[in-house]
Amino acid sequence: MTALGSDPAPEPADGSWTGAARRLLERRLPLNHLLPSRQPFFVGSWVYVFGVVAITALIWVVGSGVVLAFFGPGWWHVSSIGRFVNSIHFWAVQLLFFFVVLHLWGQYFMASWRDGRAKTWLVGVVVFVAALVTGFTGYISQQNLDAQWIAINAKDGINATGAGAFFNVLDFGQMYGIHVMLLPIIVTTLVVLHVLQVRLRGVVRPIEEPAVAAGRKPPEAGA
Amino acid sequence: MDAPATYVQFAFIVISVPNLLVIVGMVVVFILALLAPFPGHRVIDPDDDDRPR
Amino acid sequence: MSRPQDDQEVYYRGIPTIPYDLLKELLIAFVVSGVVIIALALALSSPDAPPLTIQAWAQADPVDFVTTATSELAGTSFSSAYGPPYTDGSDSIQAIGPIAPQAWAGNAVHLDTAKDFVLGPLATAAVGNTDLASALTTYGSADDPTRQGWLDAYTTALADATAQNGAVAVAPGNYGPVPVLMANLLGVARSGGLDGLLLASGQFYATNYTGPLLFMGDGGYLAGLAEDQHLLGSQWGMMNETGSYPGQEWLWLYSMWYQLPPYNTAPNADLLVVLTMFVLTLLLALVPYIPILRDIPRWVPIHRLIWRNYYRWRRAHPESASN
Repeated sequence: MTALGSDPAPEPADGSWTGAARRLLERRLPLNHLLPSRQPFFVGSWVYVFGVVAITALIWVVGSGVVLAFFGPGWWHVSSIGRFVNSIHFWAVQLLFFFVVLHLWGQYFMASWRDGRAKTWLVGVVVFVAALVTGFTGYISQQNLDAQWIAINAKDGINATGAGAFFNVLDFGQMYGIHVMLLPIIVTTLVVLHVLQVRLRGVVRPIEEPAVAAGRKPPEAGA
Repeated sequence: MDAPATYVQFAFIVISVPNLLVIVGMVVVFILALLAPFPGHRVIDPDDDDRPR
Repeated sequence: MSRPQDDQEVYYRGIPTIPYDLLKELLIAFVVSGVVIIALALALSSPDAPPLTIQAWAQADPVDFVTTATSELAGTSFSSAYGPPYTDGSDSIQAIGPIAPQAWAGNAVHLDTAKDFVLGPLATAAVGNTDLASALTTYGSADDPTRQGWLDAYTTALADATAQNGAVAVAPGNYGPVPVLMANLLGVARSGGLDGLLLASGQFYATNYTGPLLFMGDGGYLAGLAEDQHLLGSQWGMMNETGSYPGQEWLWLYSMWYQLPPYNTAPNADLLVVLTMFVLTLLLALVPYIPILRDIPRWVPIHRLIWRNYYRWRRAHPESASN
């Protein structure tokens, strides 16, 4: 992007970093893109709903996870309310991956990375990988037979890469801390970034539509 | 639900019935999403003007 | 670069728009997914097969416990010989030619299975137990060949051992103090004391289960429980869950390689699978840049279904998209 001074800014630059940051955000992410009330008419398929449902499942995952984290890792094994909250966490995770994968299929067959949206796709894949690691550390944090065996079974794959020297799946404290603190922050931040990327550019136009308006080149990745 | 799951085998693939149900469910939901009409979206009338109603 | 609002105006020029309430859609989706999740939680609960303790293991299968403990003392167990990041061994180091990240990362845990799993806990348990204290002294003062002779003989005898009233009986032989050590370790384990002793680290708080998990993993009992629940790697276990619950279906591809040659017989299978998945994940991330992969959606007419309204409209308005 060009330097701030060369852009038509809504107000004159005053040398303030804060002002420059505000102008950058206003220019890059105007509110009518963040919260549009109209969409191109081709946005009319259930396939567009998968991503929204995945986000709502994530909200349920995080919400139930906050309750589980608050009462501590042993609570849900001995409390019926705790077991219910854990069940919400468990099924919300199932729903999350169910719709994340459907979203991935849908976006793939729409080739949604076209017309300068490759980075959106890339961040989406990173979200998926981060969610896998979050799920994995969550399964290890369960404190039950499943957790014991998953840790024992998974250690060899992680050790083979050398990561076992600093990422010890047999260390409950380390896995639990990473699961309840670090990874939720990473996943949530990346999802917010992903949504901002989508809103910034808007949804991609249908395939084989010569996007010749204003001399745009035919759809290609990257840009 | 605490009783061990039933497993089915196709060649080298061994999968539990609950996992199979989830995966079949995903395929079914995907196909339904492709085919089901989206509420609030009428089919564009070719004779209509360029703003659909 | 131009302003994004101009970009969008240009990008969508000529395409009609419709009202679309994203926040309302989000709220409806939140409520509907919540209803589904809560209904599933109420109807089906969630899996929670109780964890195995050292105590439960020693009570349920004393012979397996003593056999495992003897291999820890002899330094012949899977964990003793494992290598980085747990021990100085090398049995489980995986490499592809000269590429050996596991060896490069080194031994981070510095586990000594004889001391950490057997002799250390027994030394604590020997307070007020003269038989055990004297057996530990005898074992400690013996030279290596003598110890090795006892351990080899006892290990051989354990193959035909039987459990009798919670104790392990073997044929008479020259085992030195080893049977006393093992009988005491078994006793401490059956009482539940070993669960605590294996976690004792010199610190008050315990959150690191590397020791007890490796110890249990070296035995056959935990693996048997896991096999019953289809959790072994060779059973696609990575995807499976205890009970009749769905598991981590999203690991199907990762799990699949372990069932197929050459992975399922390779000594460095884990490293090969991780590398394969790394390359495949990279391919997925870079789909927008990879010819063929990025062209498949054009060839498969699924988009024709998704955007069927649009294509119908385009046929009626051939001029509107190229204004």
